[in-house]
Amino acid sequence: MKVTSDPLLSIKGLKTSFHTHDGTITAVDGVDFDVFAGETLGLVGESGCGKSVTALSVLRLLNPSMTTIQGRVDFNGKNLLDLDPEEMRMIRGSTISMIFQEPMTSLNPILTVGEQIAESLRLHEKLDNKKAWEKAIHMLEIVQIPSPEIRAGQYPHKLSGGMRQRVMIAMALSCNPCLIFADEPTTALDVTIQAQIIRLLEHLKKGSNTSIVLITHDLGVVAQMASRVVVMYAGRVVEEAPVVELFHDARHPYTRGLLKSIPVITQDKKTRLNEIPGIVPNLLYMPKGCSFHPRCSEAMDICKKESPPMIHLKKNRRVSCWLTSDDYGEN
Amino acid sequence: MNNIYINTKNNDIEPDEDVKSSSGRGWAKLKRNKAALMGGIFLLIYIGCALGAPILFRGDPSAPNLMDSLSPPCAKYFLGTDELGRSILGRILYGSRVSLMIAVGVVGVGLLFGVPIGLISGYYRGKTDFIIQRFTDMMLAFPGFLLALALVAILGVGLENTVISIGISMVPLYIRLVRGCVLTIREEVYVEAARAIGTKDRHIILRHILPNVLAPITVQTSLGMGTAILFAAGLGFLGIGVQPPTPEWGSMLGSARAYMMGKPHVATFPGIAIFLAVLSFNLLGDGLRDAFDPRSKI
Repeated sequence: MKVTSDPLLSIKGLKTSFHTHDGTITAVDGVDFDVFAGETLGLVGESGCGKSVTALSVLRLLNPSMTTIQGRVDFNGKNLLDLDPEEMRMIRGSTISMIFQEPMTSLNPILTVGEQIAESLRLHEKLDNKKAWEKAIHMLEIVQIPSPEIRAGQYPHKLSGGMRQRVMIAMALSCNPCLIFADEPTTALDVTIQAQIIRLLEHLKKGSNTSIVLITHDLGVVAQMASRVVVMYAGRVVEEAPVVELFHDARHPYTRGLLKSIPVITQDKKTRLNEIPGIVPNLLYMPKGCSFHPRCSEAMDICKKESPPMIHLKKNRRVSCWLTSDDYGEN
Repeated sequence: MNNIYINTKNNDIEPDEDVKSSSGRGWAKLKRNKAALMGGIFLLIYIGCALGAPILFRGDPSAPNLMDSLSPPCAKYFLGTDELGRSILGRILYGSRVSLMIAVGVVGVGLLFGVPIGLISGYYRGKTDFIIQRFTDMMLAFPGFLLALALVAILGVGLENTVISIGISMVPLYIRLVRGCVLTIREEVYVEAARAIGTKDRHIILRHILPNVLAPITVQTSLGMGTAILFAAGLGFLGIGVQPPTPEWGSMLGSARAYMMGKPHVATFPGIAIFLAVLSFNLLGDGLRDAFDPRSKI
């Protein structure tokens, strides 16, 4: 896929902290990455590494009284973090939208699905009730829901999980956004439905120039959809690579661990699935040095003392690990 | 047993048709609850009495007739007469209008202030919430009746002031109830999803949050009407509520106090009226709670 040189969205030094009773937790700590028009970027990492918080920070959906967001988020020549709340609200849903993880709970149980799709159309495209409703039905058709006229008038409890996720996608797409954050869009669904939803997203993307930031811990989904991958660990970017390179030549031990822990169907049933020992560190008590060193099988002395620099190997290829630093020298 | 699940005809396109909406299940449960049903029937009779008072009782319930004062129940005066010879039946029937007006008025005042303030407090959190909640704490620190009493002392006696005083004393209950529900609902993913498509706060509050708070509000409304009648009767009994000659159950009870030993019927019938009215609201309210409380899954 050809992408233009100017990024559509450029995140620089994004730092999101939550103020809790136990202290300040920095869930996202200096994240930078670009998203180009028309590409699908995979944002990968295990639960609690700050993937979703990154997306919520960009859309400024976190409660401002309990969070501080620093850094820059440039989108269409504006820093989203500087916009006043009203300007930001107009961007949400019209140029940037989001698909949530839980299709079972992301729809309001007391409004029909048609109304929920029509809501954003009335808001952003200023359509009247009738036109918004017609467009809502059309959107349901686009996301391949059978008998959309009937479905539009139904309440979410009458729809299956896969169908609800299609409705969520219809909502996200209804105003032709340039960028969609898809936060684990397939996690809550079973495998066959997952495949359908991925196929649908790919199909819809082909017809438009929409960029997708695909947030997931499922590397299978990433391999299928993304062209470039950003790997996060404990609130930081640890590696970035085009998808093929990542699967063939992962540099960071964490990425390699993630790749090794993918179950293979031909694997002998008796062999244990590879796993990365330990858990994500508590963000209140981050280890000194590289945050991954307590779990890293290749940790060296320096890893315990200093956090590794970000080493840019080439365009779209960077890694933050002392091992790579040895190979390539200080950058 | 009633058939709770309704089968619709277009089964071919319904993946999980047997899952009825929660409100549908609630109504079915309410109908099976005998106590609530009884409360509902009492309530209908009570409303019927209030609306049909002029038909059921001909004559002026406030006109004294000293010749027949303190008459026991007889053919002419079905429930007897009070110290001024006024028919107790007539006064109870007309009194039901007053108490129903008070119940509706009080809950109206409570809802009018409590619901919007609760919605704002719960949705915006932060400083607004803090100030509103400390104010609510202050009001809740007083027992409800005492608060109403104090407000009557400030505003003065009479029907309107009774309604306003009891209504204001109930506002903090509604604020708390609504705020509590909003705190749960605002964390729902669908509210976040609504914000993610750029929905305005006002719109989120009115369209996404308020309808989800209606069930607990309905329950509280029913229970609140019972309390309102009781409070109004209490104020009337003390002589600082609705003033005579307006027939009011509490003040009827208050003036009957002097004849309690010799002529017990004068106090008994208004007492029963208050008892039944409050009971019917409470039974219905409890039934509504059992039926619509998401935690009571039977």
